[in-house]
Amino acid sequence: MSLAFTRRALLKTAAAGAAAAALSRRTAAQASGRVVVVGGGFGGATCARELKRKGLAVTLVEANAVYTACPFSNAVLAGLRPIETQQFNLDAVEKEGIAIIRQRAVRADPQARRVVLEDGSSQDYDRLVLSPGIDIRFDALPGYDEAAAGTMPHAWKAGEQTILLRRQLEAMDDGGTFVMVAPANPFRCPPGPYERASLIAHYFKTHKPRSKLLILDAKDSFSKQRLFQAAWQELYPGMIEWVSLSSGGKVIEVDAKTRTLVTDFGRHTGDVVNVIPPQRAGQIAQAGGAADRTGWCPIDPVTFESRLQPNVHVIGDASIAGGMPKSAFSANAQGKVCAAAVASLLRGEAPAEPKLINTCYSLVAPDYGISVAGVYNPRNGVLTDVEGAGGTSPVSAPPSFRAQEAVYAEAWFQTIAREVYG
Amino acid sequence: MARALINVPAKAKRGEIIEIKALISHPMETGYRTGPDGALVPRDIINRFICTYNGVEIFSADLFPAIAANPFFSFTTTATESGRIAFRWIDDRGQAHLETAEIAVE
Repeated sequence: MSLAFTRRALLKTAAAGAAAAALSRRTAAQASGRVVVVGGGFGGATCARELKRKGLAVTLVEANAVYTACPFSNAVLAGLRPIETQQFNLDAVEKEGIAIIRQRAVRADPQARRVVLEDGSSQDYDRLVLSPGIDIRFDALPGYDEAAAGTMPHAWKAGEQTILLRRQLEAMDDGGTFVMVAPANPFRCPPGPYERASLIAHYFKTHKPRSKLLILDAKDSFSKQRLFQAAWQELYPGMIEWVSLSSGGKVIEVDAKTRTLVTDFGRHTGDVVNVIPPQRAGQIAQAGGAADRTGWCPIDPVTFESRLQPNVHVIGDASIAGGMPKSAFSANAQGKVCAAAVASLLRGEAPAEPKLINTCYSLVAPDYGISVAGVYNPRNGVLTDVEGAGGTSPVSAPPSFRAQEAVYAEAWFQTIAREVYG
Repeated sequence: MARALINVPAKAKRGEIIEIKALISHPMETGYRTGPDGALVPRDIINRFICTYNGVEIFSADLFPAIAANPFFSFTTTATESGRIAFRWIDDRGQAHLETAEIAVE
């Protein structure tokens, strides 16, 4: 978008000299330029592959050899699937001709168009795509630091934390209490805490039926609330207690030693405590100057280019994507839109105005699925929910309908995993 | 009228600064919003909040339509003597909601 880039592109073209004249029309219309993508999750891996398919030279920076996916990790907590079914690697991505750097990106210098890696080396780019996901804010909830996460797991980044919380649930006696602390908006996976409560209730019902769940929430409403609450009544009557913000549910301090949660109006303890703390865009977004005071990254809704740093794009959970929730589905859709926009910009063309879709499935039980879907387009500079499009599952539906949605949920996961990592 | 939560320490030392919290569940309907039928939803807010300590006012506030639903107050006072801390919320219809808490000062 910047003038500097346009001039550089022109110079490049001029330098190609006579050779350029020999190029076919089609080749000349193809984008050229180096794109570095940081983050190999659903957003970054999707975007890297799309960019490669558009003929661009793509480098993907990802430190982890194994990626553990968050969608469906609540089923791992409930003992319904092994964690291995959540794990993917970048072998197929690499085979496609994408250079993979197995390091952490520590810093970006948008003026020099360079990203610095942890070993001190750097990568130059024409366009940078950041898809760093979330970081847990260990400074936001008094008493909840990294050590406390060893006692009261967040399990909001799938992997070791998921396994830790699963072990605690397995070790808990029948008749115990599981307490969840749910954060204020915005956060990764809006229906996630309530899906998690549902599936843990399913585990309790089938293995530890005298146990109870307590949700202390910093909100007065949540995603798919009517569907969740109706399902809790139907499947887990009397098991799940939800304390909203206006009922004193906001946790203001925690004590990991005694597993105590302090609210403005009382104290609670649990046998197993899951604290889902406030979050922000991943570290590289902060270090690259792409995050604002909220901790998240403001973007142009057409190109996903940062509003703060030129030639830097931010997709997925780290971005402020208006009405779009922070989900794997959103990240995947944004990865494609961003790749198309980056290719257009590198060709010096105006990017097309996108329409994006998101669907979030949640399991309330293994054979009971519910969903919310939305369509979004840029309006007045933000991604806005298209009125009348999308919606949620019907509030009353026969068991066969819920079972079918559970099948769709699994099919969605298989499809996205295959598309991004297969 | 509504459901309220209060938090007053049960005990305090004389001269100690104590924190008091009060939250009332209330929609705080502004009067500027239209309902599904297109007609304005009538204004219905808490417009006054008063806290007294053994009958003496220690904190009060006027509330306006710009204040969000479920107003939450947090303030401090000095614990001077044992007694009763009373909270009163008054709505547009003049109805009041009362809560009280006892404090023991040593």
